Amino acid sequence: MAAFRAQGLAKRYGNVTALGGVDLEVGEGELVGLLGPNGAGKSTLVKIACGLVRASAGTAEVAGAPAGSAAARAALGYLAELFRFPGWYKADELLALHQRLAGSEGGESERAELLELVGLTEARSRKVEDMSKGMQQRLGIAQSLVGNPRLLFLDEPTSALDPVGRRTVRRLLEELRRRGVSVLLNSHLLSEVELVCDRVVILSKGLVVAAGRTEELARPRGVEVDTDHGTELFASARREDTPRIVSELVAAGSMVYGVRVLETTLEEIYLEAVEGETS
Amino acid sequence: MRGAVIVAGYAMQESVRRRIFPVVLVLTGAFLGLYGFGTYKAYQSIHPFSTESLDGGALVDTQVLFSATLFGLSIFAVLFLGTVLAIFLTHAVVRGDAERGLLQPLVVRPVGRAALLAGRFGAAALVCAVYVLLVYTASLLITHWVTGWWPDQIFLPAIELAVAIAVIVAISLFGSIVLSAIANGIAIFMVFGAGLVAGLLGQIGEALNSDSLNTIANVASWALPFEALYQDALNRITADTAGFTKAALSLGPFGGAQPAGAWLWPYVVGYMAVLGLIGLWAFNRKDL
Repeated sequence: MAAFRAQGLAKRYGNVTALGGVDLEVGEGELVGLLGPNGAGKSTLVKIACGLVRASAGTAEVAGAPAGSAAARAALGYLAELFRFPGWYKADELLALHQRLAGSEGGESERAELLELVGLTEARSRKVEDMSKGMQQRLGIAQSLVGNPRLLFLDEPTSALDPVGRRTVRRLLEELRRRGVSVLLNSHLLSEVELVCDRVVILSKGLVVAAGRTEELARPRGVEVDTDHGTELFASARREDTPRIVSELVAAGSMVYGVRVLETTLEEIYLEAVEGETS
Repeated sequence: MRGAVIVAGYAMQESVRRRIFPVVLVLTGAFLGLYGFGTYKAYQSIHPFSTESLDGGALVDTQVLFSATLFGLSIFAVLFLGTVLAIFLTHAVVRGDAERGLLQPLVVRPVGRAALLAGRFGAAALVCAVYVLLVYTASLLITHWVTGWWPDQIFLPAIELAVAIAVIVAISLFGSIVLSAIANGIAIFMVFGAGLVAGLLGQIGEALNSDSLNTIANVASWALPFEALYQDALNRITADTAGFTKAALSLGPFGGAQPAGAWLWPYVVGYMAVLGLIGLWAFNRKDL
């Protein structure tokens, strides 16, 4: 059973179509990156999945239960793009509240583990209003993990984080993959998505315009060889042509110092898919 | 039910941590101090006054007239202070919190929107009701200490005021679903003012025997039953008073109000139930 499945999911706000019929699936233990320009419908899709927004058409299921139902909400964790926690809460108290709301019996050990996972052990007794934006975002990630959800929706989880914070989240995502948690990661940071996600789905104007593993979506851009005569590009060559090219160069008396098989990057795939759309 | 209790606990904690209570206590202390001082001074200045009937008996019981009028004033102040508290606790609960991103992490949890509304209502109604009961009791004791007077009924008026505040909590919570925080706060204050004005119009209508004014007051009381509860509470404090004293009381703005009748309580229960159901329907359809 898929952790998340959307079929023909559509959402209209008056005359504006936020989602125009999206089919999407996140398998068990799979990390899927959701990409797209601002206004492409990424957050709307995630909000429908979480039961915050009602779909105009189509269906969405979380762990086999209709999105928005109590069973679906019990199976998921969510970090909103724009969220805020009450400033007067201490980190540990906030997690305790969410444990009660989620019906988690993890107690203090779960809270300590989650704070350690996001690098906030020292800030356990600190009030939210005394935390930096990055710390609040990491606390938000910890909050989304309360109750050990099967599926995690993370909407721009690293937008306020510095490079160290981003690496912490990346390691966290790898740890979640190891534990078999499914993740739908909504992010603008293509390099990050490329590093951690099993698949990517690109939305544009409310529609899926590309989906698949990065290597499936990538197109060959030739083979580049460093020789004693400089760098030579064999634009039409593919990976399997590399031994032949090297052999021919060596036979011709060239010294070969390095070979690179070139493919389109995720950024190029993305730009091609959204046709330069920004918002 | 479990979810509603958790949300109510969260709301109570919020009230304490945001230092709402200390501010309210200081302001209430100031009000009670002023009320006590004002009552004492006024009683001293008015005490010698009395109107004698032709046969030498008291035509108007000045102690009752004075005490009931001032206590009626304090009941109005209790309702006003309770309303302020109710509005500040509830005006931003749905749309205001959603716009600030506070609501979404809670709604996503498997407690449900009904539990969220019920918990918020329960906590705010409880806090406001306890507050109203305490200030009412303090005003009562101050009035008695200064004038030696006790109202004809003590407990039912207090309960009616507490329920009136619960009605305002329900209206404010309902408003928070459809209006932004500031708009809702302003709207509820205006609704509160409209209710009180309608009540005064009713009293004027009664004195002038004006059907139009009485109809306006009646419609307003049904539409905003906190006003009917307030009027009934005012009426009860001099329920057993009669004659010229009662007539003199009814001429003032804080005495001799109209009794609400037997249908008030079932109507208030039904009113809040319908408001809650419509609110829940609107909240369930709301995109966050």
